[in-house]
Amino acid sequence: MTPADEAPVPATSRERVLGRVRAALGGGAASGTPRLDPAVRTYKESHVPDDPASVLALLAHNLADYRAGVHHCTAGDLPAVIARLLADRGAATAVVPPGLPPHWLDAVTGTQVVHDDGTLTAHRLDTVDSVVTGCALAVAETGTVVLDAGPGQGRRILSLVPDHHICVVEAPEQVVTSLPRALPRLDPRRPMTWISGPSATSDIELDRVEGVHGPRTLDVILVSSSPPSG
Amino acid sequence: MSGGTFMGMPAFPQAAKAALADTRLRANLTHATHTIRTKRATAVAELDDWNDLREAGKQIKDHTLAHLDTYLLQLEAAVTTAGGTVHWATDADDANRIITDLVHATGHTEVVKVKSMATQEIGLNHALEQAGITAVETDLAELIVQLDDDLPSHILVPAIHKNRAQIRDIFTHHMHHWGRPAPDNLTDTPADLAEAARLHLREKFLRAKVAISGANFMIAETGTIVVLESEGNGRMCLTLPDTLITLAGIEKILPTWQDLEVFLQTLPRSSTAERMNPYTTTWTGTTPHDGPQNFHLVLLDNGRTNTLADPTGRQALRCIRCSACLNVCPVYERTGGHTYGSPYPGPIGAILTPQLHGTTTPLHASLPYASTLCGACYDVCPVAINIPDILIHLRERITDQPRSHPLESAVMKAAAWMLDHPGAYALAGQGATATRRLHPTELPLPGPAKAWSNSRDLPALPQQPFRTWWKKRPAGQGPHTPPAGEDTQR
Repeated sequence: MTPADEAPVPATSRERVLGRVRAALGGGAASGTPRLDPAVRTYKESHVPDDPASVLALLAHNLADYRAGVHHCTAGDLPAVIARLLADRGAATAVVPPGLPPHWLDAVTGTQVVHDDGTLTAHRLDTVDSVVTGCALAVAETGTVVLDAGPGQGRRILSLVPDHHICVVEAPEQVVTSLPRALPRLDPRRPMTWISGPSATSDIELDRVEGVHGPRTLDVILVSSSPPSG
Repeated sequence: MSGGTFMGMPAFPQAAKAALADTRLRANLTHATHTIRTKRATAVAELDDWNDLREAGKQIKDHTLAHLDTYLLQLEAAVTTAGGTVHWATDADDANRIITDLVHATGHTEVVKVKSMATQEIGLNHALEQAGITAVETDLAELIVQLDDDLPSHILVPAIHKNRAQIRDIFTHHMHHWGRPAPDNLTDTPADLAEAARLHLREKFLRAKVAISGANFMIAETGTIVVLESEGNGRMCLTLPDTLITLAGIEKILPTWQDLEVFLQTLPRSSTAERMNPYTTTWTGTTPHDGPQNFHLVLLDNGRTNTLADPTGRQALRCIRCSACLNVCPVYERTGGHTYGSPYPGPIGAILTPQLHGTTTPLHASLPYASTLCGACYDVCPVAINIPDILIHLRERITDQPRSHPLESAVMKAAAWMLDHPGAYALAGQGATATRRLHPTELPLPGPAKAWSNSRDLPALPQQPFRTWWKKRPAGQGPHTPPAGEDTQR
């Protein structure tokens, strides 16, 4: 090594930012292995009792409150409900992801089903009327369905570009009461979309209106062994 | 078409005076802030453990800031492992250069953007335009601001200062300059305006190859990035393009995925007054065949480490950009956001901007005074930032600056001398009461004190100083029975 090589190399931005952080925290060295005191979590794990029927009713209420269409049915009735929603919409085409149970579509007539093989482009999907998916889970307290790109959910683009999204939630196993119950059941390494009602905006006079870029109609089908009467 | 700039804005008092004279602005702001205020209170009241969530949010953020270097390195490693590339930016120029280079490397000249405070802060759109790159804002309010060549005035709703009729006019007159024109005979109903934005932006989303976003949260343990939004423009930008560039302040880190359980409860309720915002997207690096295949994360300092170095001011870095403090602020409600001269308006802007950029300009030095210290901002803050405390702290810093507020410094010096000399103080008190009939009953004072005294009256002086009354009071009379007439003085 020649003396010229010993001149200080200009620090990279990375080194400068980390150096400034350490200086700001009062020491030159790394701040050590941190551990948050679990005692700070004094908030509730859930705000409602674990009664499956009332949790499902809460989910239905909160979904509807943010203008999702909510439909109750049994597993046996599911194909008929999906077919009816597509027919009511007048959907000529509907895209479905890989892994969607094939019998869900048994009653569909008059709507051409497009199976995503991973090559459908955004432009192609823009010509598709509806999308049918399952979900990873649903959160009752917030009226949220979570898609994690797993089987029956598919690529994120599928539930985004078509203007009508039918999402099937299987109760009680896919329904949790609260966010603290939801997060441990989800794998953050998977890409996720959390959906609470159809697309909306509060950008005009801070008043909420539904329907901008995402699907403007969201139908959620809650499948359970004993749907509420009516 | 680059949008306006906050550069060269006058100090807060001058800008506020102009804003106060705009009656339409005040009507728009009063309507919007009062609408959201009531809704927020309702949304928060649904959770009986709100104070616990607020305290946990505060503790998690404080903990993260206290070990920020460790969490930054953990985040960098996790993002890299998951297929992303991490870049570090010391300041705005550094970040603009990094992002411009990344866009150039793709060979494309149009990018779609998700609303991002950090990109506003560094003036990214202007830098991209200089480099021949068109940045299209896709959030409805950002689109309104961009089409109108205006400046944002609110963290959540940058076009809060515009009402529906003004928005209709902006769409009608300007959309065709950028792409698909507004529909003929566009009405001013919000649903029609939203439809016009959908049609205008659709073609841009479908052909977009590069997107730029901010981040609400970054999870150190997993490298997951989290973006909350409402319209679906975020999902479009985060899902459809080949390349995604995310710019985030270094304080946006949370240690664990579990920590989201706090902030996903407090942020939507504080921000849009919803139990949950319509869409939240989370991603970790890249996923084969799903979403952008090239992901770059740019970590931004730009004054945050200066803020971190101040033990009192540091808590401003807890901010999750909900904008609840703007919506309850009596000053913001009357002056609007532009007067704060930065993308961060309102109470949080008054403490953040001077800390990020220093207090050497008249504008930045005036911001800590843009408050009545009423404390409403602290009450609603979901991470319990004591904004009034920091405002006072920053005022102290500004008063201690050489050449700042010369009159105030002189008065304070005189007062300090007087309080150090009890004899002189007593004599001054006697002198003041002896000449009370000669005092004016109203301000203003002349000269530079006029601005302060315009809105204040002089208190009437009592007949005698307190010390004289205390000495002369009859024996046996308690301290709580001042002579008649004296208890009405203030």
